[in-house]
Amino acid sequence: MKIRVVAVQFKPRKGDVEHNLDRVAEILRQIVEDGVPADVVVFPETITSGYFLEGGVREAARTREQILEALVKRYLPFARPEPLDVVLGFYEVWHGKYYNSALYLTLSAQSESCRTVHTHRKFFLPTYGVFQEKRFVARGRNIEVFPTRFGPATVLICEDVWHSITRAIAALKGAEVFYVIAASPGRGFHGESVGNAMKWQQLLCNMAEEHGVWVVNASLVGFEGGKGFVGNSMVVNPFGQVVVSAPLMREAMITATIDTEEIAIARANAPLLADLEAGLADLLIEMQEIAAEQHARHRQ
Amino acid sequence: MSKLEVIQAPERTHDAEELLRINAPLVTEWLVEFLRDEMIRRRGFYRAVVGLSGGVDSSVTAFLCARALGAENVWGIRMPYRTSSTESLEHAQLVIDQLGIHSRTIDITPAVDGYLQYEPDADGRRRGNVMARMRMIVLFDLSAKLNALPVGTGNKTERLFGYFTWHADDSPPINPLGDLFKTQVWQLARYLGVPEVIVSKPASADLIVGQTDEDDLGISYHLADQILYFLLRGYRVEQIEEMGYPREKILLVKARLESTHWKRHLPTTAMLSTTSINDYYLRPVDY
Repeated sequence: MKIRVVAVQFKPRKGDVEHNLDRVAEILRQIVEDGVPADVVVFPETITSGYFLEGGVREAARTREQILEALVKRYLPFARPEPLDVVLGFYEVWHGKYYNSALYLTLSAQSESCRTVHTHRKFFLPTYGVFQEKRFVARGRNIEVFPTRFGPATVLICEDVWHSITRAIAALKGAEVFYVIAASPGRGFHGESVGNAMKWQQLLCNMAEEHGVWVVNASLVGFEGGKGFVGNSMVVNPFGQVVVSAPLMREAMITATIDTEEIAIARANAPLLADLEAGLADLLIEMQEIAAEQHARHRQ
Repeated sequence: MSKLEVIQAPERTHDAEELLRINAPLVTEWLVEFLRDEMIRRRGFYRAVVGLSGGVDSSVTAFLCARALGAENVWGIRMPYRTSSTESLEHAQLVIDQLGIHSRTIDITPAVDGYLQYEPDADGRRRGNVMARMRMIVLFDLSAKLNALPVGTGNKTERLFGYFTWHADDSPPINPLGDLFKTQVWQLARYLGVPEVIVSKPASADLIVGQTDEDDLGISYHLADQILYFLLRGYRVEQIEEMGYPREKILLVKARLESTHWKRHLPTTAMLSTTSINDYYLRPVDY
């Protein structure tokens, strides 16, 4: 199965959800009208509002139905005959709580065929240094893999993939393509590139190689109150190699055709995921022991 | 049987000089983007006014603004007081000439002395504060006239030392250098091509004749930046001392740092409600 993926990085206007959805639609229009090869178009974390909102989450949060409806309305006038899948990050209000969420949508020329395929709510909320997420949004509870038109996939948000266990769970559940959306403010300027941009590349390559999966990453750009998001979105193949990457800081879109058949080859060369599956029962017991011990320790 | 070769980890060195090294071309690219984004995209200003003291911080700021906005959109404002050194004026002019930016010279003496005639006994510190605040009156007023944004020039070292006049030097709405230590500003200056005479001269607030920062602070910037590097990361005095830094200098830096937190904040407001601004009602500056 070949999937034509596009990762887009643009600078959202702070807190202006309608404007940013217009911009998403404008980019989709460019892709449709210019014939940019695309089956799945991926936008960064919090693209509908910008990332650092603090209490502004209350005003910028939308339901997933509102996002779908708003995009369908904008997409239909220039819709192409074949469906187009879209992944994007937004602040969500759901069942009385706010979340940092991602949607996987299918858009179509017929509005009744447009639908939400999957919603991921960020599991690991960074709350240290410059980050304050736990203060403003609730934590998601699931790491899920869902069927798409192109096979099983997962969507993870930023710190979700800084934990090896989250990546492992998604791989064990059968995800072949990891859509990773991020918002990473630049820091560390003594190396060849911005410190966290280099760290991100290392991370994405490691996870692709360890589990033999494709990774499609869309990462925010633009300055928000002096904090500049690095961008540098990239697509990484199951051998852990970057096949295309976007520049630092600047708005851009990158395209790649990913071939899921290469997953089997990569995993045959490095069967780490199979080894993990084989050892899973023992690992689970180890994890349960750790959890029990930590639970007991806190009783003291 | 032959003995195995023993390979030891090298002694851990705390080469802060190395840790403070920056990739100047990358920092330049980042700060140019910062200025464009924060000024034009966020605030809708295409022009900048920079108070040019003839020192390295304001020179670097002017160089960055010229790169980001074009020399034709940058105004370098020289604001001497009668005791300011002529060298400061000349050095500021070097920057204006090299960049080809607009310039304006406003002698703040009559305005400053107009007030100080009622307070003739004001000491050097008070006089310095009046000058710094007067310069901001000029800078903000000219920014309104020119439809430009005042760009701040304070570096991280002086911010951490509280070595500035509160709500004066620190008041411009954007500041490209505020997270760079003084020694990092020097690195950036050399990369940008700021005249060497400006980069290599002793830094001075030039509020009192013959004044230098390092005399005022009681420590060199090289040493201060290295000690600050570790203090900000949470190292204890004893740990930093073990690295070879003099205890009295560490304590001096720590004391200045810890006595000036208030200068890095907005005024303290009495909280009475659960919608207290910046306590409960939290919205970012660019929201």
